[in-house]
Amino acid sequence: MSALSPLRSQDIRVMDFKGLEFLLNQRNDTTYVINFWATWCIPCVKELPAFQQLHDQYGNNNVHVILVSLDFKKDLETRLKPFIIKNKLTPEVILLYDPDGNAWIDKVSSDWSGALPATMIFNRNFRAFYEKSFIYEELQNIINLNLIPK
Amino acid sequence: MKNILISLLMIITSCFNLSAQGYQVGADAVDFRLKNVDGTMVSLANFPEAKGFIVIFTCNHCPFSIAYEDRILALDAKYKKLGFPVIAINPNDPGVVPADGYKEMQLRSSEKGFTFPYLFDEGQKIYPIYGATRTPHVFLLQKTDDKLKVAYIGAIDDNSQEPEAVKEKYVENAVNALLAGKTPQPGFTKAIGCTIKAGAK
Repeated sequence: MSALSPLRSQDIRVMDFKGLEFLLNQRNDTTYVINFWATWCIPCVKELPAFQQLHDQYGNNNVHVILVSLDFKKDLETRLKPFIIKNKLTPEVILLYDPDGNAWIDKVSSDWSGALPATMIFNRNFRAFYEKSFIYEELQNIINLNLIPK
Repeated sequence: MKNILISLLMIITSCFNLSAQGYQVGADAVDFRLKNVDGTMVSLANFPEAKGFIVIFTCNHCPFSIAYEDRILALDAKYKKLGFPVIAINPNDPGVVPADGYKEMQLRSSEKGFTFPYLFDEGQKIYPIYGATRTPHVFLLQKTDDKLKVAYIGAIDDNSQEPEAVKEKYVENAVNALLAGKTPQPGFTKAIGCTIKAGAK
């Protein structure tokens, strides 16, 4: 998988935690910003523009924003895809379908209670987990401090 | 050497305290007095015959809460008569989520035919004491002498999306353990849920 694969908002990968874990364990020059969200999560939807902006501003500079949706699988076609199109979201979207959160939440971070939104930011030098909402400037500060430029 | 050990221990303890907001399993839980959807004020002290309580922080709007409504009703149907009634508490600030207002709670309770108290955490005072972070979030309490001991914290079961695919019913197993005089295993689980919505303080 190339780190900056072409963005296809129609084409949402559905994976279980094993699939995602591979991504979370990357330790390279790319700074990954993994946002856990869902269409029904009010604070998540509110902060999505900040992640879109980060993707727009830093996408060509070694930053890979991935939106990991925890929407129900049955809502993929009827809710998640229309939402992405309507809001013109262009970062990669993955639907994480692994309903037994207790089996994998701690593997993302033991600091995570399971509440949404939550975000992981990491590269080979830096790794942080946040159970909180972001505004763009905060994300930008974290990225500017930790970015590994090309 | 001993001093180093003691200071290490103190550091570990202080980290633990910082991260541990709210109850851990084994803690003594406080009672509360909250307004039910029927207009009455409800305290756990109102249930002298109960052996404990399945306290569930839940709400109207959260899809995970909605997905669990029928299973919460089933828990109450099964365990109220065995001494462990469900007590549901909505911790959200309706100023942030209007769908979780008191009137809306009354409506949802009557639509779904809730058989348990559905209480409003007005002023959002109780959920931070318990340490609830999401909905639904269960705190199973056991009465011991005049105390309420936290016996299990976490998810209702291991599959929020498909009730028919559930393999482990965490809360049922925990209550069954208490009824058998045993300690619930696991005593703590995690699940994805909606954040509790708090207004700007």
